[in-house]
Amino acid sequence: MSRWIEKNLKWVFPAPAVIFIVVMMAFPILYTAWISLTEWSMSAVTPAKFIGLENYINLLGKDHRFWMSVWRTFYFTGLALVGETLIGLVLAVMLNRDFPGKNLLKTLFLLPMVATPVAIGMVWLLMFEPTIGYLNHFLKSLHLPQSLWLASEGSALASLVLVDIWQWTPMMALIILAGLVSMPSDPFEAAEVDGASAWQTFWHVTLPMLRPTIGMAVILRSIDALKTFDIIYSMTQGGPNYATETLNLYGYNLGFGYFQMGAASSLLMIFFAIVMGVVIFMNWARKGALS
Amino acid sequence: MKGIRRSLAAGLTLVMAAGLVLTGCAGRTEEKPTTTTTPAASDPAKKPFEGVEIRFLASQHPWTDTVKKDIAEFEKQTGMKVNMEVLAEGNLTQKLTVELTAGTGTVDVFMQRPLQEAKQFEKNGWYADLNTFAKDAKKTPAEWDMNDFHKGPIQAETVNGHLVGIPLVTEQQIIYYRKDLFQEKGVKVPTTMAELEEAAKKLNDPSKDFYGIVMRGQGNPAVTQFSSFLYSMGGDFVKDGKFTMDSPEALKAFKIYGDLLGKYGPPGVLNMHWQQASALMAQGKAAMWVDANSLYLNVTAPDKSTVGDKIGFAQFPAGDKGSAPYSITSWGLSIAKSSKKQDAAWEFVKWASSKEMVLKTQAAGNPSARASAWNNPEGTKSWPKEWVEVAKKSGEIGKPSDRPLVINVGKARDLIGEIITAAIGQKDIAAIAKDRNVKLNELLAEENK
Repeated sequence: MSRWIEKNLKWVFPAPAVIFIVVMMAFPILYTAWISLTEWSMSAVTPAKFIGLENYINLLGKDHRFWMSVWRTFYFTGLALVGETLIGLVLAVMLNRDFPGKNLLKTLFLLPMVATPVAIGMVWLLMFEPTIGYLNHFLKSLHLPQSLWLASEGSALASLVLVDIWQWTPMMALIILAGLVSMPSDPFEAAEVDGASAWQTFWHVTLPMLRPTIGMAVILRSIDALKTFDIIYSMTQGGPNYATETLNLYGYNLGFGYFQMGAASSLLMIFFAIVMGVVIFMNWARKGALS
Repeated sequence: MKGIRRSLAAGLTLVMAAGLVLTGCAGRTEEKPTTTTTPAASDPAKKPFEGVEIRFLASQHPWTDTVKKDIAEFEKQTGMKVNMEVLAEGNLTQKLTVELTAGTGTVDVFMQRPLQEAKQFEKNGWYADLNTFAKDAKKTPAEWDMNDFHKGPIQAETVNGHLVGIPLVTEQQIIYYRKDLFQEKGVKVPTTMAELEEAAKKLNDPSKDFYGIVMRGQGNPAVTQFSSFLYSMGGDFVKDGKFTMDSPEALKAFKIYGDLLGKYGPPGVLNMHWQQASALMAQGKAAMWVDANSLYLNVTAPDKSTVGDKIGFAQFPAGDKGSAPYSITSWGLSIAKSSKKQDAAWEFVKWASSKEMVLKTQAAGNPSARASAWNNPEGTKSWPKEWVEVAKKSGEIGKPSDRPLVINVGKARDLIGEIITAAIGQKDIAAIAKDRNVKLNELLAEENK
């Protein structure tokens, strides 16, 4: 036995991890794929009925709400990513200098990331409240026009993006900062000797060298942003009038609001494919940019 | 050689995985016997349920707050242990759905909204039929008295001849209004729809952040509060087996609801459930709030409201066809079919819905479904007099449902809610109502297939 283990060591050691992945990930995905081909209301007495690709055909072909939620998912992710990357870059460059209290500031930066999403949602919900909330109070005191924030179909999704940016920019900043800190100093010395201005150094030396780091940060963040659920659910539940219903929220509604487990599962399979597609595309774009 | 190794590895993985799964299961089956329902053999007469643990999933509700205080007493009497978990109503449905689908007997007793969930849950086979307990003289003493419950609520809790729950809380839609402001401005307390709109208009003062009326504006939750408008205008959700959300009566009702909130309601009303609406009322930012009377503590209790002593209660105003508020059973108590401790669970349900407990919960502000609690002066003593009168009258004339009685209530509510939000947005609703009505009928046809 021990000889056998010795001989197959390279299989035995990773086995627990492999088993974990099979049990905790592969099985749920395959099970979801199976349910997506059925019609099932989670009933204990009426079993799931196999209906082939009907759920997919209904979603992709006839469901306006589905396509709107696809659009919103990308809108939310795109807007949040642009904001988080740009602000994160600026913050990282600022934090890359030495000044008193720098470490304290870096720690404070982490707070939005470590706070509980639902608590964040509750706090922002109060701040966004049009009549008694702080944001409108603030705008009013500056004599600026007020907004309905989450309560209007036009501004609700953008308001949620604002919360996402607030929550996740620190993570982008910290990853980019790590990239800045680990850079070699020679190229900067060479640029200085050649008489490059600060802006030129940033644009032609820092940024190109940072690209792999930023690329990785963007990929990580986009996967997460696509799947955002917690803050949206705690603040709008997809409303008003579906204006913030992303794919994840729609899937939830189909499953737990309408008891259409089959349709919800097929939506999640499509969602899964979309996230995979985005990751593959971004990876490919990143590699292309590197070579 | 490589191929063999690979398949060997795959096989090994599978075996180990199976091992994990099996041991997992074994662990669970071993646990079961220790917690089964068998009454303790030693002294059955005294504490029949000594050592039995039941899990009770409850909704956040004033009823729950009242009962929670007395559970320790119940545990002492029976020797039972009640593990209670309190969740917001949306989360409760979700948690129930997941756990009851798994069917592993993790839930014993749960609170449920009969009009919202009973048909679906019954279809899914999640309810134990309580008739088998309530009608069994050995399990239920005569003094518990099934006939003491009002007929409507029992009907609401009966699906396909099965009693799926015991009604706990009933409610009617009423008008909450600011007595002081109505008097100050000489406005009459509305008794008709026209007067309601008139009052909202007169008291509306947006420049001072004060609004004429506040109600639910989120589409799905608004449907139940819209129902009384619909009934009072002579409409109904379904007539002769077809949805009628595009009928002239329905369109009128949509228009009134939409105009009230669109013209005299607060900004951001589209994101309001009753929590937000009552908060505005409680902070003195609105002159009227139209919602369920069971929520009155949210605007009258001194710790929640700055205007608690100035709130008046009035009957739902009359439309074209008189005043027809809903009068419904909002919460009931059920036992899960998958529960392995149904006898213990029934002991708890029986206690929580007993005459004594119902009198207690009603006295604490939860309108009940038991005649004895209503007839006992103790049961209404702590309530505002005006409130009791309005509740009694509304109960007499009320309609027994506040939403379409289909299986997929969630989806139907979403579709009707879309018409309501369009009306609040002051859009032309005729086309939208027609389109959604077609979709509602498709839904209905599918269910009747």
